[in-house]
Amino acid sequence: MITAQIQTAAYLFAGILFILSLGGLSSQESAKKGVFYGIVGMAIAILSTVMGADVNGHIYIIIAIAIASLIGVMVARKVEMTSMPQLVAILHSFVGLAAVLVGFGSYLDPHTQELIGTAHTIHLVEIFIGVFIGAITFTGSIVAWGKLDGKIRSKPLVYPGRHAVNIILVIISIYLAILFTQAHGIEGMNYLYIMTAIASFIGIMLVMAIGGADMPVVVSMLNSYSGWAAAAAGFMLGNDLLIITGALVGSSGAILSIIMCEAMNRSFLSVIFGGFGATPSASGGDQEIEGQVTATSYEDVAELLKEANHVLIVPGYGMAVAKAQYPVHDLVDLLQKEGKKITFGIHPVAGRLPGHMNVLLAEANVSYDIVLEMDEANDEMDTTNVVLVIGANDIVNPGAMTDPTSPIYGMPVIKVWEAEKVIVMKRSMATGYAGVQNPLFFKDNTDMLYGDAKDSVDKILMELKK
Amino acid sequence: MKVGIPKELSKQELRVGATPKTTQRLRKQGFEVFIQKGAGERANYADKEYAEAGATLIDSAEELYKSSDIILKVLAPTNDEIELMHKDQVTLSYLWPAQNPDLLEKLAAKGINSVAMDAIPRISRAQKMDVLSSMANIAGYRAVIEAANYFGRFLNGQITAAGKVPPAKVLVIGAGVAGLASIGAANSLGAIVRAFDTRMEVAEQIESMGAKFLTVDIEEDGATASGYSKVMSKEFIEAEMALFKEQAKEIDIIITTAQIPGRKAPTLILKEHVEEMKPGSVIVDLAASTGGNCELTKDGEVYTTDNGVIILGKLNQLPTQASQLYGNNLCHLLDDMGKAENFKIDMKDDVVSRAMVTYNGEINWPPEPLPVSPQKPKAKETSVEVEPTEADAAKKKAKSTMISLAAIGVFLFLLGKVAPTDFMGHFSVFVLSVFIGWQVIWNVSHSLHTPLMAVTNAISGIIIIGGLLQTQNSLSNPMTIIAFVAILVASINIVGGFFVTHRMLKMFKK
Repeated sequence: MITAQIQTAAYLFAGILFILSLGGLSSQESAKKGVFYGIVGMAIAILSTVMGADVNGHIYIIIAIAIASLIGVMVARKVEMTSMPQLVAILHSFVGLAAVLVGFGSYLDPHTQELIGTAHTIHLVEIFIGVFIGAITFTGSIVAWGKLDGKIRSKPLVYPGRHAVNIILVIISIYLAILFTQAHGIEGMNYLYIMTAIASFIGIMLVMAIGGADMPVVVSMLNSYSGWAAAAAGFMLGNDLLIITGALVGSSGAILSIIMCEAMNRSFLSVIFGGFGATPSASGGDQEIEGQVTATSYEDVAELLKEANHVLIVPGYGMAVAKAQYPVHDLVDLLQKEGKKITFGIHPVAGRLPGHMNVLLAEANVSYDIVLEMDEANDEMDTTNVVLVIGANDIVNPGAMTDPTSPIYGMPVIKVWEAEKVIVMKRSMATGYAGVQNPLFFKDNTDMLYGDAKDSVDKILMELKK
Repeated sequence: MKVGIPKELSKQELRVGATPKTTQRLRKQGFEVFIQKGAGERANYADKEYAEAGATLIDSAEELYKSSDIILKVLAPTNDEIELMHKDQVTLSYLWPAQNPDLLEKLAAKGINSVAMDAIPRISRAQKMDVLSSMANIAGYRAVIEAANYFGRFLNGQITAAGKVPPAKVLVIGAGVAGLASIGAANSLGAIVRAFDTRMEVAEQIESMGAKFLTVDIEEDGATASGYSKVMSKEFIEAEMALFKEQAKEIDIIITTAQIPGRKAPTLILKEHVEEMKPGSVIVDLAASTGGNCELTKDGEVYTTDNGVIILGKLNQLPTQASQLYGNNLCHLLDDMGKAENFKIDMKDDVVSRAMVTYNGEINWPPEPLPVSPQKPKAKETSVEVEPTEADAAKKKAKSTMISLAAIGVFLFLLGKVAPTDFMGHFSVFVLSVFIGWQVIWNVSHSLHTPLMAVTNAISGIIIIGGLLQTQNSLSNPMTIIAFVAILVASINIVGGFFVTHRMLKMFKK
């Protein structure tokens, strides 16, 4: 049993540790320490809470944590790096669900009924908002998980007048909030149920309307929501640690969303409400493209690599899908042994999560100092002999710079076509997530190598080892 | 058209104007080829081989000069040779027109149309006939081979059962064609190669050949439009000398290739530098014939200084290889001039008009300069123009910041009026935390965004505290059930999130 003062001190310490934890991620070297801080902070927070005076039912708490830890470790151990986005999305939904549950619990709590006047009203508003955000996070994350996992079509689902419908639903929720705050005892429960249903629906529709290419934004956005949900729960419970942590996570997710949006040259609002990717203008990108698509063979690509001095590899989601990062690493090793300069160019929105490609390459043991950001890669483009585009499409689309009718016009891209030679590894001539034709494929210095990325890289490796 | 190849008179000159291979090419171009007996001997080409390639062997030089329209030579013709020539005869050879004005006068007086192969402009189109490049390439390679020959150690480092051998350190001064060839050769023999040049633009070429680019701390680019470097300022030269002195202490082999056309080669390695060098070190001076880059070089000699440094003022020319490349250069020029059938001296042509130093009895030297330097560093863009708009934007921004600050102030005031004390305390914590988060997250490295998400995800599992506080003692209480589920999912989040982040970070390696 510890006193409230000591508990507050422990919370403060945990809060500091969480801030240090996020700060640690500023570089690879300090990142591991950052995770350590986070774990210690969490342990202190949980222990000091459980040891507090007003906690009951320790046995249930221990059972719940034990079961969950088992599940958590199993899932985290099993998950493949390529399905990282799905895992993150589903974990977000858990936070959302927990926020909803805590909100309901807080409403049922007898202490709530003891409050009077403004304090009571404000507390009810906090519960209402917490449940609202939690429900959106919960269902939105589940839809995002489904889309990332391929269980739900990634095509944006848009219907006419959906903005109007959303606005009406929000107005209804506000009205319900007023009724809710005026209800006595726990009579407002029904309003809470209805609002939860409405918020869940909004969460589903919000993510359904967003196309696959915008997934990095959605995932960061949901990350942010889960933070705000935690902060709202903190207000509900009058717990500063929850507020601090929620605010940290919320602003972190918001910043990531902004970074992703900047990388795609789109405003945050247009991504969230846009249903981008299925807009009619997507066909506008089909403007007449001159030139011919040339296919090439493994032998030719191997030959090309043998002669090149500087090779740039631009990976995209296709590499993740095919799990080609391991053979790619072998290829890099082989070429490096011959004294060639090999670099990777990573577009900020490559993959389905911010930094997704970096994690995959790290998994395959690719040293992180040859992994360049988009701008660095572009600066070196004129000395690059060969570019291997592995399963990427929109992020190397010259139309983003030249064709104002293209839906991705203005998005910064990796200018691979400025290198001497470009090899695009792709399964077919299908368009990328943005649904736009890519003029790169028609350029004279671009050759296509059709096939599964892993397969293609494997074959090139065989050819090189001959 | 008849092409004649005389034997070179100088005993030191081992090369010849055509090889059996280039003879075949000349024949293909439609020329009749006459060659003086024994012309290719010193370059290891036998008369028989020429005959097999389709050349007619001629006994005497007189006869050869008399019957040929075009003469292919290596060295500039001597007075005796000019005697044998006749009007309108075309000669291709080295002439060094800048150094030999008398020779040009004699050739012009005789009405000979002479091409100075060393005056071929160094533009892309003429590279295939640029004898300076092709010969410099050979010299650069040979310089390393000769140096290795005189040097008493391995060039590459080795760790053997008999002990450790450190790699030799080679310094190449001047990164023209010869310098780059030296860097390449020394690098492939395993030496540690450093190179110096006053032209900043060659830094990349040096590094591409595998050497480290040495430079001084003074910003001055020696590049000129001609492709050669200019004479540098006094400060620069002083800094350069200091650099060489420092390098001389540890360098084993110095190869100097600095030449300025039409002038004495710059003196770069002074006596004091040589004295700093270890006994057994080697200096190869490729500029020996034009005065030498090293103060102590003796042209045409190999000797050892008092402190045991070997200085090479002459090189084996690799005559077999050199003749082949030189002959090819000549063939390319003749190709450009229209081969045998349409042979024509086109004085409008950039290349021919500059290399044809005597034409129709007149001296055509010096030619107009022709820029070759591929890329000049671009002048820095001025930012003056943008400034006013920037100032405008800043003003606008300041204004909007003021407005939003005012709005926030009003909002906080109203909030403070209605909200209870407790709430205001929590609200302060909330707002300050948002600011902290905002500052901290912008510093997160780009490549760590996925781990960041996993960590924030794990941390947001802090909502577990809500569940912890709500758990009741009895299972029949709905609050306990709700709290139980909340704790369960939040814990999965915490454990899973931290675990997977740890897994990810473990993979990041340098």
